[in-house]
Amino acid sequence: MYTTELSRNTAPSVVCDDAERLAAFEARVAADEFIEPKDWMPDAYRKTLVRQISQHAHSEIVGMLPEGNWIGRAPSLRRKAILLAKVQDEAGHGLYLYCAAETLGTSRDEMTAALLAGKAKYSTIFNYPTLTWADIGTIGWLVDGAAIMNQVPLQRTSYGPYARAMVRICKEESFHQRQGYEAVMALCAGTPEQKAMAQDALNRWWWPSLMMFGPPDDASPNTEQSMRWRIKRDTNDALRQKFVDVTVPQAEAIGLTIPDPALRWNEDKDGYDFGQPDWDEFWAVVKGDGPVAADRMAARNKAWDDGAWVRDAAIAHAEKRALKRAA
Amino acid sequence: MPDRSEFPLWEVFVRTRGGLSHRHVGSLHAADAAMAVQAARDVYTRRMEGVSLWVVPSAAITASDPGDAAQLFDPAADKVYRHPTFYTVPDNIRHI
Repeated sequence: MYTTELSRNTAPSVVCDDAERLAAFEARVAADEFIEPKDWMPDAYRKTLVRQISQHAHSEIVGMLPEGNWIGRAPSLRRKAILLAKVQDEAGHGLYLYCAAETLGTSRDEMTAALLAGKAKYSTIFNYPTLTWADIGTIGWLVDGAAIMNQVPLQRTSYGPYARAMVRICKEESFHQRQGYEAVMALCAGTPEQKAMAQDALNRWWWPSLMMFGPPDDASPNTEQSMRWRIKRDTNDALRQKFVDVTVPQAEAIGLTIPDPALRWNEDKDGYDFGQPDWDEFWAVVKGDGPVAADRMAARNKAWDDGAWVRDAAIAHAEKRALKRAA
Repeated sequence: MPDRSEFPLWEVFVRTRGGLSHRHVGSLHAADAAMAVQAARDVYTRRMEGVSLWVVPSAAITASDPGDAAQLFDPAADKVYRHPTFYTVPDNIRHI
């Protein structure tokens, strides 16, 4: 789904004993070349990527929880099949990303352990609860919409395996947003109660969706370095503006109101002026204070623990077969 | 049961359709080859991306060293006579 830089600390400054190699690396990146796993890269580049890609992967995996919660309650077989396919996609996206991170020298086990121990960060959006069916449509529309907006430029990110994972993810994710908007549209064309449900979902998800782009640029100390290294291709605020500009007309088209009294069209900048999300809430949720953060971690830990016997059995089976072949 | 280390890593190759080569699409963890094929099917071919799969233990791949790239690949750069466009043939000579 999505990640952004969630660390408030500045990245370690680039200390490098090999100025020549660093210069060559920077030149390659500036020329829009791709860096591949076995290529030389500065330590800080590697660390930033491991953090960003693993956070992104965790977001995909945790992102299955709020939606998986509704598979059994989807209002029709069609919606159920769609939701199943979407949740399965998110699992796949998590796997692509974990694999991309592994090419940088971290292991799947390390990343999983960090997530389960509550040490790893993931997108704040998944720490909000999905209360009604309208939330599922709204997540597809807004959350996947915001994710796509961030991920499309990342297809040209400088690290080859990350860029290739993003290409696959973007291709698969385009249906996620459309199915969500279609589901919200259906509610808006329904009874007054159904329409009210859609408006209520928009009211609750609008601000968390804007937070998905990360803190404002002036509170995002790592942006400059990440932009220079082509790990990030647009600033948080630029992407947030773009998201608001495309989403407002989509809401208006189905008769929904964006819950922002400060929202108004600004002719001069050819875009909307809009209010700021509650950044204190954002930082609190980053730290794990979200309404359902504890539930999410409990669900991941339970899935991991309950699956232990399956993993053990698969390894035991593989070992037994290998022994038989050797005999 | 003791803590086991993670499943080994496999590289996945997909043949998009008959007549084309298998092409590398990514990797995954699996306990053995059969599980790797099954997982590759789920992870890499959910949208009719292919008609055939290969899985190869990542550890079995020997790759060239990026540091040797110049030594390995640059010598080809000055051998333009390996390309047909190197040779001049008059315009009135056909089918060559």
